[in-house]
Amino acid sequence: MARPLPQISARPDAPWFTLLNALRDAGHTGVKEGCAEGDCGACAVVLVDGMTAPARPRAINACLTLAAAVADRPVVPADGLGGPQALHPVQRAIAANGGSQCGYCTPGFVAAIAEAAHRTDWVHEGDLDDALSGNLCRCTGYRPLREALRATAGSRPNDVLASLAATTPRPASVSAPSPRGGFWAPATLEELWWIQRDHPDAMRVAGATDVGLAINLHGARPHAVIALDRLPELRGMDADADRVVLGAGEPLADVEAFTRTELPVVARMLRMFGSRPIKMRATLGGNLANASPVGDLAPVLLALDAHLVARSPRGDRTIAMDDFFVGYRATALAPGELILHASIPRPRPGQRHGAYKVSRRREMDISAVAFAGRVSVDANGCVIEARLAYGGMAATTARARATEQALLGRVWGPDAATAAGASLDRDFTPLSDVRGSAGFRATLARNLLLAFAIETEHDDFVALPALPTATVVTR
Amino acid sequence: MSRTETAHLSAALHATGEALYADDCVPPDALHATLAIAQSAGGRLLAVDLRAAAVTDGVVAILTAADLKARRTIGPIRHDEPVFTDAEVATWGAPVALVVATTREAAMQAASQVVATVEGSPLPPDLASADDAGIYLTDPHVITWGDVAAAEASAAIVFESEVETPAQDHFPLETHASWASVSADGSVHVVASTQHPTEMAREIAAVLGLPEALVRVEVPRMGGGFGGKESQSTPMGVWAALAARHTGRPVVVRFDRRQHMGWTGKRHPFRARSRAAFDATARLVSHTVDLVSDGGASLDLSGPVMDRALFHLDAGCFTPNGRFTGRVARTSRPSNTAFRGFGAPQGLAVTATVLQRAARHFGLPLEEVWRRNVYTEGRDVAPYGQVIEDPRGAAVLARVCSQSDIEELRREVDRFNASSVYVKRGVGVAVATFGISFTNAMLNQAGAVVNVYTDGSVRVHHGGTEMGQGLHTKVATLIAARFGLPIGRVIVADTDTGIVPNTSATAASSGTDLNGAAAMHAADAIAERLATVAATSWGVDPSTVRFEDGSLHSAVGSRSFADVAQAAWVQRVPLSAAGTYATPGIQYDRVAGRGTPFAYHTFGAAVVEVEVHGLTGEHRMRRIDIVQDCGRSIAPLIDRGQIEGAFIQGAGWLTTEEVRYDGLGRVTTLGPSTYKIPSAGDVPAHFQVTLLPNADAPRVVGHSKAVGEPPLNLAVAVPAALREAIGAFGPGEPILGLPASPERILAAIDAVRRG
Ligand SMILES: Cc1cc2nc3c(=O)[nH]c(=O)nc-3n(C[C@H](O)[C@H](O)[C@H](O)COP(=O)(O)OP(=O)(O)OC[C@H]3O[C@@H](n4cnc5c(N)ncnc54)[C@H](O)[C@@H]3O)c2cc1C
Ligand code: FES
Ligand code: FES
Repeated sequence: MARPLPQISARPDAPWFTLLNALRDAGHTGVKEGCAEGDCGACAVVLVDGMTAPARPRAINACLTLAAAVADRPVVPADGLGGPQALHPVQRAIAANGGSQCGYCTPGFVAAIAEAAHRTDWVHEGDLDDALSGNLCRCTGYRPLREALRATAGSRPNDVLASLAATTPRPASVSAPSPRGGFWAPATLEELWWIQRDHPDAMRVAGATDVGLAINLHGARPHAVIALDRLPELRGMDADADRVVLGAGEPLADVEAFTRTELPVVARMLRMFGSRPIKMRATLGGNLANASPVGDLAPVLLALDAHLVARSPRGDRTIAMDDFFVGYRATALAPGELILHASIPRPRPGQRHGAYKVSRRREMDISAVAFAGRVSVDANGCVIEARLAYGGMAATTARARATEQALLGRVWGPDAATAAGASLDRDFTPLSDVRGSAGFRATLARNLLLAFAIETEHDDFVALPALPTATVVTR
Repeated sequence: MSRTETAHLSAALHATGEALYADDCVPPDALHATLAIAQSAGGRLLAVDLRAAAVTDGVVAILTAADLKARRTIGPIRHDEPVFTDAEVATWGAPVALVVATTREAAMQAASQVVATVEGSPLPPDLASADDAGIYLTDPHVITWGDVAAAEASAAIVFESEVETPAQDHFPLETHASWASVSADGSVHVVASTQHPTEMAREIAAVLGLPEALVRVEVPRMGGGFGGKESQSTPMGVWAALAARHTGRPVVVRFDRRQHMGWTGKRHPFRARSRAAFDATARLVSHTVDLVSDGGASLDLSGPVMDRALFHLDAGCFTPNGRFTGRVARTSRPSNTAFRGFGAPQGLAVTATVLQRAARHFGLPLEEVWRRNVYTEGRDVAPYGQVIEDPRGAAVLARVCSQSDIEELRREVDRFNASSVYVKRGVGVAVATFGISFTNAMLNQAGAVVNVYTDGSVRVHHGGTEMGQGLHTKVATLIAARFGLPIGRVIVADTDTGIVPNTSATAASSGTDLNGAAAMHAADAIAERLATVAATSWGVDPSTVRFEDGSLHSAVGSRSFADVAQAAWVQRVPLSAAGTYATPGIQYDRVAGRGTPFAYHTFGAAVVEVEVHGLTGEHRMRRIDIVQDCGRSIAPLIDRGQIEGAFIQGAGWLTTEEVRYDGLGRVTTLGPSTYKIPSAGDVPAHFQVTLLPNADAPRVVGHSKAVGEPPLNLAVAVPAALREAIGAFGPGEPILGLPASPERILAAIDAVRRG
C-alpha cells in the first residue's frame, strides 16, 4: 500500500525550513538529501499544482522548496505513489529492469518519471531526456531509467496524481505571522502590498530556487518570508503579431512550452537551462531579479530588446532591459517593486536571432558563457542593427557594444562575425573561475558569434536538433 | 543452475522509498554531531578555542583530543590519521573537535564558532610540488624484467610520453553517515554506511579501549560506495561511538555534501613518465614507466592503489622487457583513497595513450594495435611474473569489433569528417584486462552463516556489504540454486560484525567471489545433511539426490525442501552452518617485484564513437559497444548494470568531472553545481553491452567472474575517441589534457590545427 499524503508542518517561526527536512522529520525518509543545492534530484517529489487549471503534477526539488509554501498543498513522494506490494507502474518499470542499484536516487527518479507519465507534450526525443535532467544517478549509467521513462511517459496512469489533479483547487492565501516574522502567501497583489507595508524587510520568494540555495549553503535564515507563487497577476503568457508577453511568475517549464512555438529563441535557451524540476519552480522574475552575471535569460531578453513592466503600490512603470542591470547583482527595481511581466518584440522576418550557452556538461550546468544575438540586415544583406548580449563575460549580463558597432555595414555572415569578433576584447575582460579561464571565455565569445553567423547566414533562426552535440548547430 | 534475469532484491523497496539507509533509522532521541575543522591547510596546532561554541544553544558536548583515552590515531594500514588533531595539521579538513548538539542546525552553528590557531607551513598542495620537494608517503615499488636497453636498441620507434590522470570524487548519492549507541554494559552498537564494518569496529574498539567483541557494526545498505566508504567511513563510526559513550545518548554523524566533498579523499591523481619501444610490427618490446601518485595528507590505501596501478600498466599487453616504478607523494590534500578500479584505470590510461600514439605512427587502426599486443597463449607472462591463464583479450576485442561493425563505423566517420568543417567524429577502442584479488593475500578470505528453518526458508549472513552492486542478490541466487529453491525463499540479512566477524572490506570486485564462496560452503554442508536425511528415508545413495523446483529428488521419489528440513530438525540434524573461503594460490613478493598476485583476470573491450564541436569544445558520445567477460554470469541483469554504470562513471572521470583545488590544497568543487558527474543526457541511445558467451570460469564461485571494477577501465576508450576526433581538425598530433572539458578539447583542437 502506498502511504497517505504527508502532513507537512509549516512552522511560521522558521519560514526558511525546507520541504525536504519537513518530509524527513515526518517520517518520509524515502525523500533523500543528496546535495541540498537542487542539482541531484534525490529529494524530488511531486507537487500537484493548483495554480494551473486543471491542476498539474510537477516534479520539484524538495530541498529548495520552503515547507511553508506547500504545507497546504498536495505533495506526493515516491512512498505515496505505491508500496512494495503494490507498485505504481513507474515504480514497477524501474524495479523490474535494473533501474535501481543502490536505490538512493530511485525515489527521486520515480517522482520525475511519474510526472512524465502525466505529460502529453512530447515534441521529440530530446524532451524525454529533459524529464531526467534533474536527477543524478551514480550507479546505473541511466540506460534502464531511460527505458522506464520511455515505457511509461504519457501513459496517464489512473493514480493518485490523476485524482489529485482532478480535485486540487487553486491554493488560497496564507497568513501565518510569528513573533519574529512569519510566512505569507498572498493570493492577490492587493494583499501583497498590505503585507509588504507591514513587513518591509520580509524576504520575497517566487520559486525559491535561488533563495533556497542561500538558505542551504549560505546560512540565510529569513524570519519573515512572502511567497509570490500564488499571485495570478504574475501569471499568464500572451502573444500577438508584434510582441510576446511572459508573466514574471510563470514557471520556466511553462514558459519553455509556450515559447517553443511563440518565440523559439527563448525556448532554445530554456532547453539548456537548469533542469526540468528546477524549471518547474524557477520563474522569469526570479531569474532577472537576482541579477546573476551568469543568468541565462537575461542575454536573450537583452538581445531581443525586451522591456519589463514593474509594479508597486505607486503604479506601473516600464524598464527597458538595456537599463535593468545597474551593477554587480544590482537592478533598477525599487525596494518592494515587483516585475509583473516581460514584453518581448518578436523578431521581424529577416531579423537573425539565436541563443547559446556553453557549460562543462550539457544538462543542468551553469554557463561558462551564454550568448544571444539579434541582427537586422538590409536588402543587400548588410547589417543595420546588431544586439549582442553576453553572460559570464562581465559583472552583469552586458551587450558587446564595440562589436555591435564593428558589425554595422558588413554583409552578415561568418566573415563579418570573424572580423567584428576581434572587437570583443575591447568589450570584455572576463575572469577565470571554476567554470573556465579568462582565455577560454574570450575564445568562446568569439566562436559563439561566429557560430551564430554561420547558423543564420541564410536562415533567420535555427532550432536545436534532438540530442545536440553542442549549443551551436554548425557543421 | 538457473541464470535468470533476477532484479535487485531490494528493487521494490528502492522504488517506493521504503529502503532504509543508516541515516533513515536514527533513533528519535539521538543527538547530532558535526566536526569543527582546523580551517588551515597545515602547520602546528597551537590552541583550540571552544568558548563560543560551548555556549551556543543546543550544544551538549564538545569532544577534542583531550577526550581520547586509548589509541589516538586510526588508519587502514598505518595509523597516521588523528581521531582529533592535536599536533600536526596536515590538511584543511583536519578535525579539531566534534560538536554534539540537540539538532544538526545547532551543531553546525556551534562548529563554525570553533577557532583553531595554527602556525607553520603546510605540505605542498599538489603532486608536482611534492615530487619536486621530495616529500613521499612510500618508498618506490619497482618491477623490473627483461633487458630494456637491448630492446630499445633494436626497436623501430621509442615514444616518450607524459600522461596525467585526474582526481575523481566518488559522489555516492548518499554521503557518509553513521550513528552509534552505547548500552549500560558498555557495548557499542553502530549502524553505518561503510564498505568495511570490521575495520570500523576494530578502530572503535581501539580508540574507546574496548574489546572488539563489545563492538558491533551493522550495515543496512549503502547509497553507493565506489571505494569511498572503504577506509574513509571508519572515522564516522569512531566519532559517533566516542560521542555516544560521552553523552550516554545515541549520536549520529553525517556529512552533508559540502563536508563530504571538501574533507574526504578522491581517486588518486597520477603522473606518469613513459618510454615505450615498439618493433616494426607495432608490438611493444619494452616499456619503462615512472609513476607518482598524489596520496594526500596520510597514507590511507595509497600503497596498494599504487601497487595495482603498477600491475595494470601492462594494459593486458605482452611486454617482454621493462621497468615500472611507483611512489606516493604526500600533499596537503584530503587523503586520497580507494576508488573503483583502485589505480588500475590510472595505469591502463598511460599505456592506452601510448598504444594510440603507436597506431598513429604506424598508420594502423587502434584496434589492430591492441590486437597485436594483448596477451595470447605463449605471449602470456605479465611483468610481475604471473602467467595470464586463459587470456581472452583478443576474444572480447574481436567480438566488440564485430558487434560495433567497426570497419563500417570508421568508413562512416571518415565520410562525415570529410564533409564537416566544425564538427568531427572519432572512434576509440580499449581492452581492459583486470586482475582479481586483493593484492594483499591476507585479505582474500570471507565467512558466512547459512540457516535453514523448518518451513524451508533460508537466511544467509555473510561478511559483504550491499552498496548497490547486487552482492546480496547474487549470493541469494547462488544459495537458492544450491537448494533448488525460488530466490524468494532466501533472505540475505543486513551485514553485522556480531554474526560474521573479521571480514575484509567489500572491495576489489571480490564481494561475490569471496562471500558467495563462503556462503556456498555453508550451504553445501547443510545440503549434504539434507540429502542424507532424504536419501536415508528413500534408501538411496545421498550423492544421487538432486535439489530442484523446491524439492529433493531421487530415482525413488521426491520430498519438498521444507518437508526434509522439518524431518532433519526432528532427527536433530543441525540446519545451520558456517562457511569460510580463502582464495588459493596467491602470493606476491613486493621487494622482488614478482609473484602471483591475482587469482584470475577478467577481460573486456569497448568501442566508442564521439562527436566533437570545434567551436565550443563540447562533445557527445554517439555509440558505446562493450563486450565483457563475466565468466558464467550469476545474474546477467545485475552484471549488465555494473558494466553500464562503471563505464559511465569512468567516462565522467575522463570528461565532465573535475575536482578543483586551490593553492592550499583545499577542494573548491564542493557540490554537484560545480562538480559534474554524467547525467542522463550524456548517455547515448546506442549503448550495447554483451557478456562474453561460453566463458565459464571453472575455479570461481558459480563459474562466474567479478565485475564491479573492471568495466570502469574501458572508459579510456572515450579519450581515445576524442583524440581521434580532435586529430581530424588538423595535421598535429592530438594531445588531450584530462579531464576532457570543453576548455581542454578546444585547446587541443587549436594545437592540432597549428600542427
Ligand atoms: C540547480 C540549479 C540550476 C540552475 N540553473 C540555472 C541556469 O541554467 N541558468 C540560470 O540562469 N539560472 C539557473 N539557476 C538559477 C535559478 O534557478 C534562476 O535564477 C531562477 O530563475 C530564479 O527564479 P526563482 O523564482 O526560483 O527565484 P527566487 O529564488 O524565488 O527569487 C530570487 C530573487 O528574485 C526575487 N524575485 C522573484 N520574483 C520576482 C519578481 N516577480 N519581481 C521582483 N523580484 C522577484 C526574489 O525576491 C529573490 O530576491 C539554477 C538554480 C539551481 C538551484
Ligand atoms: S537534495 Fe539534491 S536536488 Fe535536492
Ligand atoms: S542507483 Fe545508486 S545512485 Fe542511482
